[in-house]
Amino acid sequence: MAEMMYWEAIRRAHDEEMARDPLVICMGEDIGVAGGTYKATKGLFEKYGPLRVIDTPISENSFTGLGVGASFLGVRPIIEIMSVNFAWLATDQIINTAAKVRYMSGGQLSAPVVIRSPGGTAHQLGAQHSARMEKVFMGIAGLRVVTPSSPRQAYGLLKSAIRSDDPVFINEHELMYNMKGDVPEDEYFHPLEGSEVARPGTDVTLFGYNISVHWCLKAAEILAKQHGINAEVVDLYALSPLDRQGIKRSVAKTHRAVIAEEDEGPVGVGAEIIAIINEECFFELDAAPVRVHAANVPIPYNHTLEQAAIPDHEDIVKAVLQLFGKA
Amino acid sequence: MKLDDKKRVLRAMVLARRFEERCYQAYIERKIGGFLHLYPGQEACVSGVMEAARPGYDYVITGYRDHVHAIQCGADPKAVMAELYGKETGSSKGRGGSMHIFDAAHHFMGGYALVGGPFPLAAGIAKGIQMKGGDEICICFLGDAANNQGTFHETMNMAKLWNLPVLFICENNQYGIGTAIDRSTAVVDQFKRVCGYGIEAAQCDGQDFDIVYEHAKAAVGHVRGHKGPYFLEVMTYRYRGHSMSDSRAYRTREEEELWKQRDPIFILRDRLIDAGALTPEAFAALEKEIDAYIENEVIKFAEESPEPDVSELERYVLA
Repeated sequence: MAEMMYWEAIRRAHDEEMARDPLVICMGEDIGVAGGTYKATKGLFEKYGPLRVIDTPISENSFTGLGVGASFLGVRPIIEIMSVNFAWLATDQIINTAAKVRYMSGGQLSAPVVIRSPGGTAHQLGAQHSARMEKVFMGIAGLRVVTPSSPRQAYGLLKSAIRSDDPVFINEHELMYNMKGDVPEDEYFHPLEGSEVARPGTDVTLFGYNISVHWCLKAAEILAKQHGINAEVVDLYALSPLDRQGIKRSVAKTHRAVIAEEDEGPVGVGAEIIAIINEECFFELDAAPVRVHAANVPIPYNHTLEQAAIPDHEDIVKAVLQLFGKA
Repeated sequence: MKLDDKKRVLRAMVLARRFEERCYQAYIERKIGGFLHLYPGQEACVSGVMEAARPGYDYVITGYRDHVHAIQCGADPKAVMAELYGKETGSSKGRGGSMHIFDAAHHFMGGYALVGGPFPLAAGIAKGIQMKGGDEICICFLGDAANNQGTFHETMNMAKLWNLPVLFICENNQYGIGTAIDRSTAVVDQFKRVCGYGIEAAQCDGQDFDIVYEHAKAAVGHVRGHKGPYFLEVMTYRYRGHSMSDSRAYRTREEEELWKQRDPIFILRDRLIDAGALTPEAFAALEKEIDAYIENEVIKFAEESPEPDVSELERYVLA
């Protein structure tokens, strides 16, 4: 194992795959000469040149579409969209083309593109730079959605996504690029489906993904130390397809579920997981599942309001205590 | 170009016309569902360009008015008609429909339903060609109204910036759905709109095969010669409405008649007759032969082909 930062893990996956396959390219705003806003492509322009490390104009829908078109011919583009808020502009090419072309061509074409983009609330970036889109993309047939919670996952999921014949959307987080963690020194491919038990427990399951896994882990620690509640934390690194069996397995063990998401609640990840719990293991429940999510507002600029809009570990602790009748 | 080659082109144009007219009939009979956008009136555009290019080798992509483009790339008319019938033997196995004909084996990369959507895909295919080092080109056929989408401008910029081997054919049929071009577009001459991106461009008559062919030859040579993208505007007219649900209330019958006097098939037919390479009787026989082929082979195949199996509903979603 080697300790590295989240951005370094992403950069390593790019580098290894580009060295292996001359048809792997990367493209996006400021990713080349400038080295990438999050340093995820640092040094690659110097190593692989402008034909494979492409600084794009600020034309999100069309440079995404260009990557999709290239992928029809076997090119493997890794497309960085600087902020997921800009990916709204690219939804036509992501949803209407990349996700659907395999189906509507009767399996003749596929769009093996990787689209990486950070979402989430960082430091007072305001309404148009703080949103998340995972709940939009996870509802689209034909598109895989993964969201790494650690440098290990960031590395292994990107490696697998590049090799996948499906389009894969990788949901990253503005605040996580400098997070440190252990990554295997040998080449490692993380599965694009499934879930991981990040902390085993017996009394309640805390479901999280990406940054909310860390809130769940912190909440589980407090619950264990201060309240004698042994929480299990399940990391849903794959949002589409969701790991129905993994969700069922944990709920069948703990009989209680709390889902933590940074996004707003309506039509969200938590809503979907509760629907799965209802479908797969309703009679295992000892209490109604609970969602912990952002307020249904555009994320405000003011720091106090911003922090009030998004949840954290304390909100998860509070929700669990309510579930146990302790609050 | 030899007269025999021109006769082959005329045959392809008649097939295109009769195929589309037969689709119209099948749609009325409710054999074809969904939206149906027909090509009559525009045949010289795709024929002129594809005659100058290498069908089945060069990549072609277009919008939803795509049946004839697929066939000119080498798609079997039977598979295209079966697709319109929604059959398993269809070119997209009945999953695509009229607006989503695909034939990857013949490098026909699809019909797409979002106006302007194929622009960046075409540039991407050209990027793929560039990376693999081949001498194919990508030809993107779209209508004039697509140029009012952001993808037009974004793609022209990138295509020129990266010197991509892509040929944009603007089939200017004067209407975007039911709005005349001068009511939707500030600059009516479409070829002028790419000058701001430094892309070479030309405009030509789209009703006369010979004229389209000559212009397309220069355009294809430019792109294949690594001189970068090219934009060719061909002036044409669709006889039918935008789709089958269009009553053509936005234009006059007089205007339609004016264009029909310059019918692309008749122009080529008369030229071949004048050259002594064809007789009116031979042309009538050709039409009859093609109608029989469409009825006895194309329609028969579509009618008799099996429906997709419902157990395969979720096939082709993921790899």
